[in-house]
Amino acid sequence: MKQPITLQVNQNTYDIEAEPRRTLADALREDCGLTGTHLGCEHGVCGACTVIVDGDPMRACLMFAVQAEGRAIRTVEGLAAGATLHPLQQAFIDHHALQCGFCTAGFLMLATSLIERADPPDDQELLDALSSNLCRCTGYKNIVNAVRAASVALRQR
Amino acid sequence: MKPVAFEYHSPHSLDEALATLARVAPLEGRVIAGGQSLVPAMAFRLVRPGHLVDINGIAGLDHLRVEADELVIGACVRHAIFHRPVVAGVLGRALTDIAAHVAHYPIRMRGTFCGSLAQADPASEWCLLAMTLGARMIVRSVRGERSIPAHAFFQGVMSTDIQPDELLTEVRIPLPHAQARIGFDEFSRRRGDFALAMALVQFDLLDGRMKAVRVGVGAVEATARRIEAAEQTLEGGMPTMDRFQAAARAAAQAVDPSDQPQVPAVYRRELVESCVRRALERALSATLPKLP
Repeated sequence: MKQPITLQVNQNTYDIEAEPRRTLADALREDCGLTGTHLGCEHGVCGACTVIVDGDPMRACLMFAVQAEGRAIRTVEGLAAGATLHPLQQAFIDHHALQCGFCTAGFLMLATSLIERADPPDDQELLDALSSNLCRCTGYKNIVNAVRAASVALRQR
Repeated sequence: MKPVAFEYHSPHSLDEALATLARVAPLEGRVIAGGQSLVPAMAFRLVRPGHLVDINGIAGLDHLRVEADELVIGACVRHAIFHRPVVAGVLGRALTDIAAHVAHYPIRMRGTFCGSLAQADPASEWCLLAMTLGARMIVRSVRGERSIPAHAFFQGVMSTDIQPDELLTEVRIPLPHAQARIGFDEFSRRRGDFALAMALVQFDLLDGRMKAVRVGVGAVEATARRIEAAEQTLEGGMPTMDRFQAAARAAAQAVDPSDQPQVPAVYRRELVESCVRRALERALSATLPKLP
């Protein structure tokens, strides 16, 4: 049975009605209209649906929307400030880190959570974390380059 | 696929959770903590719980502390906490080594240590740890509390002694002696994927000889287990590469791996040999982390 659920996404409040079995990923796309979060495998393997929940990257397909009530959710729609891209988005363009773009939102949110950490990861940690998501255009090298560059850019701001 | 419909319960105290669980246990009720294994299984409709009891909102289940001679890990402690050593010495290092092999980074942010044990996947690193180091699992229900030793806890592939109305509230791992060494090694074809074989070893190094040797192997049989033949090969001996190799070979002969087209039994035996040898070598390399 549908029940009222309140989600905080990119500092906006969304009052939705959904069944408990509604995943956070489906709620974002279908109920909040935020289709920037993509769904690939729907069972936690590909990472396309990665969003940030209370500062940590999480698979939005492996969490029910009802579990995300009261938590601060960030999706790809919240990265840019108006017309100004987030340094990581700019770095993805500069380093040609996206080809078809399907995996990009997940990579952006995963990497954003890493490079915004108070203790940014060292290179080994970065590679370990980036191995969490799949890109089937095989663009990993450029993705790693973009994240490294954005990490530096973010700390110089 | 989408999960079947279920009723969601979000108790705020352990007593409330146990009362709810007692009520919904006969109605296919399940506990959800991290949900990183349960939710995919629900998405594929391999499991169809009628009720989910979410324990994430219960204060005081994320405890992680040393009590007397045990490390106590509460039900809501996430894998990611072990990215940094949580205790001094070899156990802290071993937990950090092992955590790096548990699924992927975002999964480790949400998935829980105790959830892995309750799930009892044959390829679970934490199940191997519990079996090899002789952990105790504490389960609670409205009927009371039980302490279950690892060898009685794991009963088969994804099968444990936890009853439907019981909640695994914490795991207690015996702290190793000051002279102890611990080493871990795992092989999987892709980073973060399920292991094809893994080994965890522990021994006390006394006057240059190995005592109280424990050799555990996981991801090869229905449950992780200690390999007595390998332990006997090492017990009382000096830690030499030849002895490590002999123990690794003994472990490879002692296991009974399944024979699958993608992973033939003979291949898995070779992996066991490599993992046990490397785990022993890792145990001997002495650099220990400093606690922050």
